[in-house]
Amino acid sequence: MKIKAKIIDQNGFARTLARLAHEILERNKGAESIGLIGIRTRGEHLARRLAKKIAEIEHKEVHVGYLDITLYRDDLRHRLDQPELKGTDIRFDVTGKDLVLIDDVLYTGRTVRAALDELMDLGRPTSIQLAVMVDRGHRELPIKADFVGKNIPTSTGEEVRVLVEEVDGEDAVVIVEGED
Amino acid sequence: MPREDIELILETTSSFREVLERPIKKVPTLQGKTIVNLFFESSTRTRTSFELAERRLSADVVNFSVAGSSVAKGETLKDTARNIEAMKVDMVVIRHPAAGAPHFLSRVLDAVIINAGDGAHEHPTQALLDMYSLREKFGRIEGLRVGIVGDLSHSRVALSNIFGLKTMGALVSVCGPATLIPRGIEKLGVTVYHDLDKMICNVDALNVLRIQFERHGEALFPSVREYHLRYGVTRERLDKAGHAVTILHPGPINRDVELSADVADSEHSLILQQVLNGVAVRMAVLFLLGTAHHESGS
Repeated sequence: MKIKAKIIDQNGFARTLARLAHEILERNKGAESIGLIGIRTRGEHLARRLAKKIAEIEHKEVHVGYLDITLYRDDLRHRLDQPELKGTDIRFDVTGKDLVLIDDVLYTGRTVRAALDELMDLGRPTSIQLAVMVDRGHRELPIKADFVGKNIPTSTGEEVRVLVEEVDGEDAVVIVEGED
Repeated sequence: MPREDIELILETTSSFREVLERPIKKVPTLQGKTIVNLFFESSTRTRTSFELAERRLSADVVNFSVAGSSVAKGETLKDTARNIEAMKVDMVVIRHPAAGAPHFLSRVLDAVIINAGDGAHEHPTQALLDMYSLREKFGRIEGLRVGIVGDLSHSRVALSNIFGLKTMGALVSVCGPATLIPRGIEKLGVTVYHDLDKMICNVDALNVLRIQFERHGEALFPSVREYHLRYGVTRERLDKAGHAVTILHPGPINRDVELSADVADSEHSLILQQVLNGVAVRMAVLFLLGTAHHESGS
């Protein structure tokens, strides 16, 4: 992985997460009805962090769940490697909740499409919102995020990576040379 | 099958157990794939389990059943295979009375072949669901003492279980009358008992096999009553063991022959859990084979 530029560093990352937590609470008038759904793998860690932040602000625990969208992907037939299944783990009833779907990078919108389909199979939430750390453009589907950490216009040859401490050892957003 | 593969399947199965708990128990994963269930032998439970697993993955399912005895093996299987090829199917689930039939098919067809039981040879998905059920109950398979009792010589379940359990590090023992235990089975690394009471004292779980009357050409034991007295798993016997023994049975049960009714329905029985896990295991196998890109497999 060759890093071309670091867009957000450790401190900026924490500030961005704090802002997202406040925005989510503002929009939903508190944490009462919220359920945070992290899309595996990195969205899972972001969801956990946001939940912690929200608990600090509101002094109230929010529901957190994790979504593995592998079974709903539209490119299973075209991929060459064996998909790895980590499993969906949502231990609260999504019906009647305002769900906030959380992912690291919003790009084509296909992951979000799959996540929406899967969530609908799990129940009938009141609403579903989308929070992402980075929106890098190049949408292929009519999907838009409600909460964005940072808009980073990119060329398709570049790749944006959101690094999280739990997996990568540091919190950062970087642009790397595309691998294809 | 290497240990990593078994572990991958068991891990993947957990994800599908979660899917089976949902209000909508269906995922779009195998949309557009066609699966043929090719059953040359009657089977209700395995076929239903596979069919449910296939439909819950959104595959298109065709059932092709052939009444057992009327099929002449070699020629017809090849012909059937050619027909299937022409129908452009992606996967074939086969049950056949002849050992090695699935292997044969995998050589002549491009489609992915899944063995749903071949003769007295193997029944891999049954062994996988047995192992999943044991792991769910005990949290591990390594070091677990598992006894297999009953009609081992006519049982594909037994052979697949022995291979799988040994690979995963379990201690396996077998028990039954000499006429129903294949000669030389100890070469597979299992302990052989002819006294059920002795074996029960030394196992954590007991996989009770069905007496396959339909496969017995001649009487292999004096009477059903005598079999039950000597090898039937009863409450009385289990109480004597001094510790709880978990009961598995691949079904269908001959009640009060190999397993007494009260034991089958007791809290130590995993039998209905096995049925549920059977669908999840088959979903896992279909998912892993159906989404992998390779020429053929078995």
